[in-house]
Amino acid sequence: MSVTSDEVLRIARLAQLDLDPETAPRLVDQLRAILDYVAALNELALGATDPAAGAGRGRQPLRADEPLPSLPRERALANAPDAAGGCFRVPRMIEE
Amino acid sequence: MSRLAELDAGEILRLIRNGDLSALEVLRDHLDRLEALDRPIHALLRVNPRAEEEARDQDREIRAGRAGPLAGLPLALKDNLLTEGLETTCASRILANFVPTRDATAVARLRAAGAVVLCKTNLDEFAMGSSTENSAFGPTRNPWDLERVPGGSSGGSAAAVAAGIAPVALGSDTGGSVRQPAAFCGVVGLKPTYGRVSRYGLVAFGSSLDQIGPITRSVADAARVLSSMAGTDPADSTSSSAPVDDYVGALEGGVRGLRVGLPNEYFGNGIAPEIAAAVRGAAARLEGEGARVEEVSLPHTRYAIPTYYLVATAEASSNLARYDGVRYGIRVDAAGRLGEMYRATRGAGFGDEVKRRILLGTFALSAGYHDAFYGKAQRVRALLRRDFAHVFERGVDLLLCPTTPTTAFRLGEKIADPLAMYLSDVCTATLNLAGLPAISVPLHLSSSGLPIAAQIAAPDFSEALLFRTGAVLERLFGRLAPPPSRSAGKLDPRHA
Repeated sequence: MSVTSDEVLRIARLAQLDLDPETAPRLVDQLRAILDYVAALNELALGATDPAAGAGRGRQPLRADEPLPSLPRERALANAPDAAGGCFRVPRMIEE
Repeated sequence: MSRLAELDAGEILRLIRNGDLSALEVLRDHLDRLEALDRPIHALLRVNPRAEEEARDQDREIRAGRAGPLAGLPLALKDNLLTEGLETTCASRILANFVPTRDATAVARLRAAGAVVLCKTNLDEFAMGSSTENSAFGPTRNPWDLERVPGGSSGGSAAAVAAGIAPVALGSDTGGSVRQPAAFCGVVGLKPTYGRVSRYGLVAFGSSLDQIGPITRSVADAARVLSSMAGTDPADSTSSSAPVDDYVGALEGGVRGLRVGLPNEYFGNGIAPEIAAAVRGAAARLEGEGARVEEVSLPHTRYAIPTYYLVATAEASSNLARYDGVRYGIRVDAAGRLGEMYRATRGAGFGDEVKRRILLGTFALSAGYHDAFYGKAQRVRALLRRDFAHVFERGVDLLLCPTTPTTAFRLGEKIADPLAMYLSDVCTATLNLAGLPAISVPLHLSSSGLPIAAQIAAPDFSEALLFRTGAVLERLFGRLAPPPSRSAGKLDPRHA
């Protein structure tokens, strides 16, 4: 299948990823080759095959819904690039 | 420097237990070796600055009669396993300087058994790669030939064990990332059954595929390490409550009466004839030990790599959404708005292969393409699992096949061609899709002096069977002599 560079840029936007304009054309070529390769799956007549949910078996257990001690605030913030007033600080996201 | 690098963990533990060496002496010996040997190999990203203190703690435990089964054993950890207070980067710029607040469950359990964390090892960024060339901190080289890759993504762990830097290491295996580097470096590598080892604290790549596994110098060591870290964990709801077998006790079981299947799809096109012949030779030797060997077929095998690269990248694109410059890692503030900050941070923080996989996975999950790509891959995955189920239902106990289609390739050989790199997982990724356990055991050297390995796979939670059979192969073929760089004690000065 032929994926276009516009499409790759749209996907990059969905993935919140800036692409370096110099590497973008190479990425387009590589993705095109990979998608051509995975298209081999189209040879298979899958009929009524159900999808595998994952490699896990059986039901996943749920623990009792009881509060447990959580990470202290200062430790949770210790790796943050920017923190203030006990919170993660981020750039403005709402227009004035 | 001592001969410790020639010993397996079982032998080192015996020396400590008998009082011949203290945990601190063993640790210092390894710190010296690491200092002397690692520069040209670059297996390590960092040494644990608290390692001596941890070794002294173990010596105290031993004196107090409270020694755990791994008391004093130096342990190398792939740098995608969280270590409390010790930087964990996944070999990515985006996690530079990240210091975890907790140990991964597997790490905590090995520490509780007495292991001493020696160092963190290099990997392909976020475990995405088959050569350890995708590390943001530079590639690792194969101790058998410094011009060749150690495999990946746990290349640092495999190279460290092969070079005598660490007796035992942990890696993670999403599509072959423990077994393939173990095979390239001539050491043992185990991928346990999905759910056998808790994934809590393993930085997620493909959550339905990832497992933590040991890389060791002997099959018995793999059994020992798995015994100490397997079992259910309330922090990982996909961890299994199936009972943990006596893996060490299983080592002497032999193969008499076992039915061994050779899947013919793993011996054909694309597999180096020398490797196919070596594994067939191993099968003949098992026959001599009383096993029954037969040809079997896993007819959907050729769809495994396309399926794997859709499932794994889809899961990765979701898992790696968390690196957004807010809670940890680097932040690149471009023009001040939140969305721009996300895109600039991720654009600058991730390397090329990670970006490629995020894009492929996002594409496979996106509206209009989901059913044709991700949906289809999940249905093919069900067929791949059924292939194995059919063979085991017919009474075949285990499968024997190559771990890798070639021996270790040269640095730079495949890095510009992602598809060629993906195909180096052709013998391993199917087992991750099926969730089955598999072990890679070295057989002997190729005509050009590089390690060749066999892979053994078995039904869910049959690790004991892998150890039994692996131990027989190890006895028949012998453990590989150390690579030239290790026995010489000094590496080729061209690379120093």
